[in-house]
Amino acid sequence: MFRRKPLFRKAPHVQITSATLDNTYDRRSFVVAGFGASIGLLLAGRMSYLAIAENEKYETEAESNRVNLSLIPPRRGWIIDRNGAPLASNRADFRVDVIPERMNHPEQQMAVLQEVLNLDQAAMADLREQIEQTRGFRPVEVASGLSYEQFAALSVRLPNLPGVVPQRGYSRYYPTGPAVGHLIGYVGPASAEEYEKDRNPLLITPGYKIGKDGLEKQFEQRLRGVPGARRVEVTATGRIVRDLETRDDIQGKPIKLTIDGPLQDYAARRIGLESGSVVVMDCRTGDVLCMASMPSFDPNSFSDGIGRVEYAMLRDDERVPLRNKVLKGLYPPGSTVKPMVSMALLREGVDPEETVYCGGGLRVGNRVFHCWQRRGHGQVNMAKGIYQSCDVYFYHLAQRIGMDPIAAMAHRCGMGQEFDLPVLSQFYGTVPDPAWKLEKYGREWQAYDTVNATIGQGYMLANPLQLAVMASRLASGRHVEPHLLFGESKGHFPPADFAPEHVALVRKAMSDVINGPGTAGRARLPLDDVLMAGKTGTAQVVSLSRSDGRSGPWKYRDHGLFIFFAPYDNPRYAGAVVIEHGGGSSAAYPIARDVMTFLFDPRKGVESLHALEKQWGGNAQERLAARYAAYAAQTGETVPPAPRRDEEIFARVDAEARAAAMIPVAEATDAAVNRSDLAE
Amino acid sequence: MNSVIPAPIARQPWAMLLPLIALVGFGAMVLFSAAGGSWEPFATSHLLRFLIFLVMAWVMTLFGREFVRFAAYPLYAVLLILLVAVEAIGFVGGGSQRWLDLGVVQLQPSELMKPAIILVLARFYSGLPPSMTMSWRALVPAGVLIAIPMGLVLLQPDLGTALAIGFGGATVMFLAGLPLRWFITAGIGALVAAPIAFFFGLHDYQQRRVTTFLDPESDPLGAGYHITQSKIAIGSGGLFGKGFNEGSQSHLNYLPEPHTDFVFATMAEEWGLLGGLAVILIYGLIMRWGLSVARKSHDRFARLLASGMVATMFFYVAINLMMVMGLAPVVGIPLPFMSHGGSSMMTNMICIGTLMMVNRWNSRAPRSQLS
Repeated sequence: MFRRKPLFRKAPHVQITSATLDNTYDRRSFVVAGFGASIGLLLAGRMSYLAIAENEKYETEAESNRVNLSLIPPRRGWIIDRNGAPLASNRADFRVDVIPERMNHPEQQMAVLQEVLNLDQAAMADLREQIEQTRGFRPVEVASGLSYEQFAALSVRLPNLPGVVPQRGYSRYYPTGPAVGHLIGYVGPASAEEYEKDRNPLLITPGYKIGKDGLEKQFEQRLRGVPGARRVEVTATGRIVRDLETRDDIQGKPIKLTIDGPLQDYAARRIGLESGSVVVMDCRTGDVLCMASMPSFDPNSFSDGIGRVEYAMLRDDERVPLRNKVLKGLYPPGSTVKPMVSMALLREGVDPEETVYCGGGLRVGNRVFHCWQRRGHGQVNMAKGIYQSCDVYFYHLAQRIGMDPIAAMAHRCGMGQEFDLPVLSQFYGTVPDPAWKLEKYGREWQAYDTVNATIGQGYMLANPLQLAVMASRLASGRHVEPHLLFGESKGHFPPADFAPEHVALVRKAMSDVINGPGTAGRARLPLDDVLMAGKTGTAQVVSLSRSDGRSGPWKYRDHGLFIFFAPYDNPRYAGAVVIEHGGGSSAAYPIARDVMTFLFDPRKGVESLHALEKQWGGNAQERLAARYAAYAAQTGETVPPAPRRDEEIFARVDAEARAAAMIPVAEATDAAVNRSDLAE
Repeated sequence: MNSVIPAPIARQPWAMLLPLIALVGFGAMVLFSAAGGSWEPFATSHLLRFLIFLVMAWVMTLFGREFVRFAAYPLYAVLLILLVAVEAIGFVGGGSQRWLDLGVVQLQPSELMKPAIILVLARFYSGLPPSMTMSWRALVPAGVLIAIPMGLVLLQPDLGTALAIGFGGATVMFLAGLPLRWFITAGIGALVAAPIAFFFGLHDYQQRRVTTFLDPESDPLGAGYHITQSKIAIGSGGLFGKGFNEGSQSHLNYLPEPHTDFVFATMAEEWGLLGGLAVILIYGLIMRWGLSVARKSHDRFARLLASGMVATMFFYVAINLMMVMGLAPVVGIPLPFMSHGGSSMMTNMICIGTLMMVNRWNSRAPRSQLS
């Protein structure tokens, strides 16, 4: 108020007439016109600036608005077995992803998806959990392996479902499922950490999956291929107006393994209800023919996006189906080291005909070490020490030569060795010797340590692959190295520094284990012309006071081990079977027998497998599905896992295919046809 | 005058009409393109509306000066009542209300208020004795006349229209010869009040428009989207544009409202800088004609009326163009004669009609007469 008064008080002093107002109007309208003109000039200048100076920038932005570049994920390279049959391939399928960030009404849209795709409550729970855990920009797979009808039904509703992306793509397919789970691994969408590490836009392309484990991860770059690209003109809402240009993807390179697909399948299935592993090698080339580890997971269900319940089932299993037991299972090798120890004895000049009296035990220091045969073996020479697996013979003579030569021989046979294989990790166990013990425990090596080591107990630990390599080296007398990639090995290994007559003696003794008066007569091959040689082993897990090793709680039972090679007189194949808590070697050698039978006579092998699978309730894949159903029911989930695909287009790598292929053509006309080319 | 052309036609203000018709025709082409290369639904109705309102403008020229002077206050009063009615219906119906459904037509009283405020102020100042121009009696009644409709429109809420009313009114007051220091004082006052009004007077969505105008990249997919896409459209047009019907920004729906508020961006994308300068030039021609009509008029009433109408049109054009070029926040103000929309066409044609009417008064009587 105070300020306004002087504003008005001045007014009466000036005489205002209409003429002065006209004058004022003229001046002021000039100002107004000038103001208008200057706004006009400002606008013209601003527009020139936008359209000329910044033209390039905005042209680029308009173009990037208009054109949407989408990557076409490359088809992943196949992983094939030594005969070219696919162990991992791709199949075309329809899939639906969601990009959480782009959904405007997540709950409503999820309800629509549930209805159209017929998803059950468990799948929805999985999906919600996944959406919560992933970053918003990353697509989450809702379902794959959709039927065309579902795919079409969803496509119609897309305008109301922003963030939902239907895809025609390829999914990874492992024809023999669990049999190759640990060996090959599985694929899955890249995690946020993996994307941080490798800023390849391909990794966040919907539906693109990278190797997560095993060979899939190891050979990721080679299998990946080169993505194609599709440039499309899109509207602001993302609707595609037209295709501008398309560049096809280049499929990743295949990887050919030394693995024999049917043998791998057979071995995995033959392990049956047990938990364990089977390794078979070609002892002339070092090619690993089979590396089965069971129980396993089905990499197909991992690639489809494993369910929460299914994962919990695998994680909680005491038989650790998520661990590759061939490379990461470490076991006391038990008596399977006796042929190796014999080689050490021979090398140190022990006469193989020298006998030791076995009365069922031997006092070492103030403890009595028992032979497994409490009644005793009587007079025992080296051959009998091996085929009867007499512990006392080895207790006695090992003390004479000491631990160091035995440890040296163990290393020569591949124990404690990490092999040059394209695998993510391998545990290489322990070959103890006095220096090792001193360093590790700060205590002197004792005689009883040697005694324990000679029967593969105590500190000694090995993985099944090392045992198989040991068998190969003993059988061939050469320094065999294992190989996984086909064609990598030329098959010329240097001699293992064994005297030929020593090798012959040990081979004969190992043959007698099975074909003579040995411990594993039941391991004899049901074939007329092939003799298998081997050595049993039983590894104690807990002290005898807690368990007798054969009965009682599963995890206290003894491990059953068996190393073998065949044919005994001209070794071609060698391997190892380890059955965890199998209750003794009798759990292991029948498996070795059947696996080798299958190798030489597939039909005979498959017959015995079928008989067993009938007792067990289906093959490994079927049993896994049944177990899942039971587990799901137990945890209150009412639903079966995602339905398996119906068509079985790759019938070449399972064990039956090999057997069928051996039947005269008239009997089996539709077997062993690789129809994969038709599916692509 | 050329004797070949009949007098009633020759008498029309072709200096304004020709650019105007060219502009509306050009606008129809842009709308044709904005509809994806189709006459429907924008271009045809745009031309049709123009023709109807052109007839209306011609009818307006028949009104006499005294009649218009006489009708000023009643018209203003009726519009105020309608504004209150709209507010009341909106209050009952819940939510923002701008329309009054009269059954046959939908009436938007706030639109009509823009020319009406000019009319009533021109009437007020023409009746005010010149000696009072410097006193409070020149300011307070006019301020009330402006404040009431502005307040009612703000309640709707429609900031753009309220500002248009305020701008038109202020221009008339300025030209009426009110002391310059009042305007300077008011300007300083507005500068002080603006931040306060921003934080307490504006709705959330209005505040957002202002903040995103200051930094459009802060939210390129949200509220800043309009400005960003509009600038992309204008900037990517370059010198000559992408060609008729070739604008990707408008055709692929990146540009929001390509047929109404952002019609200039639609045009600039396809016709480039040259098209844009031509449009600005045409507006300049029309405004210049309007101001010359005002200058040539015989009395204070006609002069203030005509220049106020020019100011109202100017406000539309300037704010719209500044908005699409990223110089002003997004306020829903369409571009006269180009944007698709009946009420904006009507308001602007009332302005044109008023100018044509004043032009006719000018040609009828000699300038010497004083009011």
